Amino acid sequence: MVLCMSRPDQPCSAWLLKSLCLLVLCGAAHAQEPPYVVTYSDVLEEPGNLEFATQNIYSTPKDANPFYAQTFEVEYGIRAWWTAEAYFQGQTTAHDSTVFTGFRLENRFRPLRRSHWINPVVYVEYEDISQADKSFLEVTGNHTIQDQQVANAPLRSDIERSVEGKLIASSYIKGVNVSENIIAEKNISNEPWEFGYALAVSRPLANEASAHHCVVCRQYFAVGGELFGGLGTRYTFGLSGTSQYAGPTVSYSAPRNLTILFGPEFGVNANSASVLWRLKVAYEINQFRDLFRRSR
Amino acid sequence: MSLRRSLGLTCTILSAAFLMGAADGSWLHRVSTADHARSSPLLATSESRGKAAAGGAQVFHNECAKCHGDDGGGLHNRPSVISDRVNNASDGDLFWLMNNGVPWRGMPPWISLPPGERWQLVAYLRALNAADAGPSPLSAAASVPRSTPSSQGVSR
Repeated sequence: MVLCMSRPDQPCSAWLLKSLCLLVLCGAAHAQEPPYVVTYSDVLEEPGNLEFATQNIYSTPKDANPFYAQTFEVEYGIRAWWTAEAYFQGQTTAHDSTVFTGFRLENRFRPLRRSHWINPVVYVEYEDISQADKSFLEVTGNHTIQDQQVANAPLRSDIERSVEGKLIASSYIKGVNVSENIIAEKNISNEPWEFGYALAVSRPLANEASAHHCVVCRQYFAVGGELFGGLGTRYTFGLSGTSQYAGPTVSYSAPRNLTILFGPEFGVNANSASVLWRLKVAYEINQFRDLFRRSR
Repeated sequence: MSLRRSLGLTCTILSAAFLMGAADGSWLHRVSTADHARSSPLLATSESRGKAAAGGAQVFHNECAKCHGDDGGGLHNRPSVISDRVNNASDGDLFWLMNNGVPWRGMPPWISLPPGERWQLVAYLRALNAADAGPSPLSAAASVPRSTPSSQGVSR
């Protein structure tokens, strides 16, 4: 807050800073989600909460044009055990074009009533995505970075409609979250099942909250690492001919509503881009459904 | 009686039984003896209780107040955290509730919070209930400011 008021002589900067501070300080709360961009944990959206997020990715793959892709997410907690989410994706490629690449609709369910050593979540998704998609929300099948060498025009006309399932498993060991995702995807047309995986570990920087109100405290930061990639298809199951990525992540979750997540992901084999730069910003409206209720 | 009416009646009875079974406080019956007996590592002394409760107030304001209200009284028919049930529950019971939630009744599990923050929340719930009951041995905890917007400098 001191920072917000410290530059009244610069109207534009002050306005921007004040807006940022208002964004951070006002509004509703958000849960302590692990800092993952690809891997899902067992944390669902709280019932009644509405979250908007933009996930940005930039990369300069070898022998292909640099690209920037953005995914806009809308997530709503329907029940404490059920979260629904919609994704809208697009990308722009240097020396090529900017295209909308499709959408995804997903639901996540927590089947068990209690927390256990391993907490499972069932994930079901419908995708309507063109082959021009460069969001890297997951890697399945035999996807490689060499696929990105093709221009957008022929790729965008090749639409893939598929159903995807994930088994999400998440554990907590002394404040450290360990999450594993097993992915199975089936194109509705006659194509074989494709598989993928994601693993992640994270922990918050502080185990206890500060006794004083603060906006930038250790308790609001979390660090982690992710490893994800494809596992081929039903006929080519394995790590060969797939892309694999690993990298650290760090997130800042402002008290109440804003989350900023950043992390580079490094390709670990020749089929991967050297680096995928990620930045995710999420804003949560707490108890959105209460806006339509009259009682206290 | 038609088959359709019989099915409707059966569903109504089963639904009523299910709702009665999931009534407020039923979670207490699911707490194991071992969990019930757990004691907070942060409540050893009155000083540490006060400090833990102050930290818990911050967590409550950030994570819990949106449903239970800044004063803990509950919003939009969601349960108050100031009650005989909470007051009579052990620290282990409250810690169990945060770990597991009551998902079928709307409360998600908060196991994603670090264990220290969950114990701080237990301390804050104790302080809230002690303050509501009047003077008590938890004098330090009772002096913890309620998690109100004005005390936090945050508007809702």
